[in-house]
Amino acid sequence: MSWLELDAVDVHYGRVQALRQVSLGVEEGEIVALLGNNGAGKSTTLNLISGFVRPSAGALTWQGQDVSRLKPHQLVAQGIVHVPEGRRIFSTMTVQENLLLGGYLVRDPAVIKRRLDQVYDLMPRLQERRGQEGGTLSGGEQQMLAIGRALISAPRLLLLDEPSMGLAPLLVAQVMRIIAAVNQSGMTVFVVEQNAKAALQIAHRAYVLDTGSVSLCGPAADLAQDPRVVEAYLGGA
Amino acid sequence: MIQVIVNGLSVGAFYALVALGYSMVYGIIKLLNFAHGDIYMLGAYVGFVVLGALTSWLSLPTALGLVLVTLVTMALTGGAGVLMERVAYRPIRHAPRLSLLITAVGLSFALEYGVRQIFGPKPSHFPVQIDAGSVNLFGATITTARIIVILVAGVLMVVLSLFVAKTRQGRAMRAIALDAKAARLMGIDVDRTISLVFFIGSALAGAAGVLAGAVYGTIDFLMGFIIGIKAFTAAVIGGIGNLYGAMLGGVALGLLESFGVAWLGGQWRDVFSFLCLILFLTFRPTGILGGRVVERM
Ligand SMILES: Nc1ncnc2c1ncn2[C@@H]1O[C@H](COP(=O)(O)OP(=O)(O)OP(=O)(O)O)[C@@H](O)[C@H]1O
Ligand SMILES: [Mg+2]
Repeated sequence: MSWLELDAVDVHYGRVQALRQVSLGVEEGEIVALLGNNGAGKSTTLNLISGFVRPSAGALTWQGQDVSRLKPHQLVAQGIVHVPEGRRIFSTMTVQENLLLGGYLVRDPAVIKRRLDQVYDLMPRLQERRGQEGGTLSGGEQQMLAIGRALISAPRLLLLDEPSMGLAPLLVAQVMRIIAAVNQSGMTVFVVEQNAKAALQIAHRAYVLDTGSVSLCGPAADLAQDPRVVEAYLGGA
Repeated sequence: MIQVIVNGLSVGAFYALVALGYSMVYGIIKLLNFAHGDIYMLGAYVGFVVLGALTSWLSLPTALGLVLVTLVTMALTGGAGVLMERVAYRPIRHAPRLSLLITAVGLSFALEYGVRQIFGPKPSHFPVQIDAGSVNLFGATITTARIIVILVAGVLMVVLSLFVAKTRQGRAMRAIALDAKAARLMGIDVDRTISLVFFIGSALAGAAGVLAGAVYGTIDFLMGFIIGIKAFTAAVIGGIGNLYGAMLGGVALGLLESFGVAWLGGQWRDVFSFLCLILFLTFRPTGILGGRVVERM
């Protein structure tokens, strides 16, 4: 059994089925990518893992425990932290306040202080702008902030929903480097991407989601060579 | 002149204390809690009962007794607010706005006529009154009661501002007001935080109720109605959902009424408030501080 495991999961929104018999697993220490087109069900998968939607069938387990009924804040307490699509920065709060909110469940001020310093080390840009309102940051800075905010709670599993969305290629590379660095330091990452190329460069393994079902999976290096992936997600070649 | 200002400030202090709860609740769940004025009334009656019990059991000096009674009342009305949210609002939080509004109006009637059932329709006399005389301030005679009201309200508002601006729970409240889903992603228990907001708002209204009883001497089961509307007006003037707006709006409305009454006579008091409400709703629905609509709470 995997560290995080979805076993034959269905998700419905009313009568619309968004996920169909999805099975996938993430092991401790990995970067796993979930690829797929618009509407494939990628965000739904993350929302399922972080407790925002409930499975209508199948099992969701985390370290062997059924977590499909836990509420989002309980899952955060368990170390599953979700950086949502569109970043959702608290726009009128400062960068520092956004980061402090990320540490909401961390009670020890000394620990928060240490982790703030770590995040500022990793993303010096945020430190320069610590007093600035989150909503006034550029898209790339907001993405950094969203990731930094999640890191303050020292997640055991980091869920990222399209971190490259809307970013210029240089910034995409920078964000991917940060994700790889975070993983190097021991954090497990499950990343949803439409930018298959960027994601496959840092991921160990990947799944491809096609209208709610897993259509392909395997080591990232293999998928990057797979003609079906190349044709559908890497813009031919 | 100073007399008029102090009168305005002390009335404004009541408005501000009640407006805060109105505005905080609106900020966090976008609900106009029309039962909020009745929590003020409830506070006056709780104070009435507790004070009665206290003075018959032990003889405390009036000032100390009042402080104690105010604290106990705040805890009890705070609890009532939490219960109200839990039982009436939470189950329908995601229902259409109109259902919530109707529930709020229903709750308001339930509180008013529930208290009427117990204490009767006639006004009750508050067992203790602050009438420790008056002081002379730059030639104006100011009753001590008014000064006490202004001080107590001021202290409560400073404490609340610091709480919301600086503490972890305060930050969580602001986060929910901005984006409830993102707040959940931070590990914030949104239901619990909403309960906390109801507790604080209702405790402040309860404190205002006790003070009103002690200052004016009589209380009745409909006393929350007018102040509810005034507090709503104050919240709108300041910018509803905005903490500082509620304080500013309360004080501004108190002063406006006080000056209006001084120049034109007492019968104009309510006309001023409602004129203000209509003007703001028409021309500046976001209120004085509403330029920053997003800085809700
Ligand atoms: N709250 C919702 N209510 C109803 N249907 C929804 C809801 N959220 C998603 N869906 C539907 O579920 C399907 C999967 O949506 P999802 O957001 O998971 O896709 P996605 O892979 O993240 O797409 P994108 O790349 O555009 O973000 C879509 O058909 C979508 O319309
Ligand atoms: Mg998505």
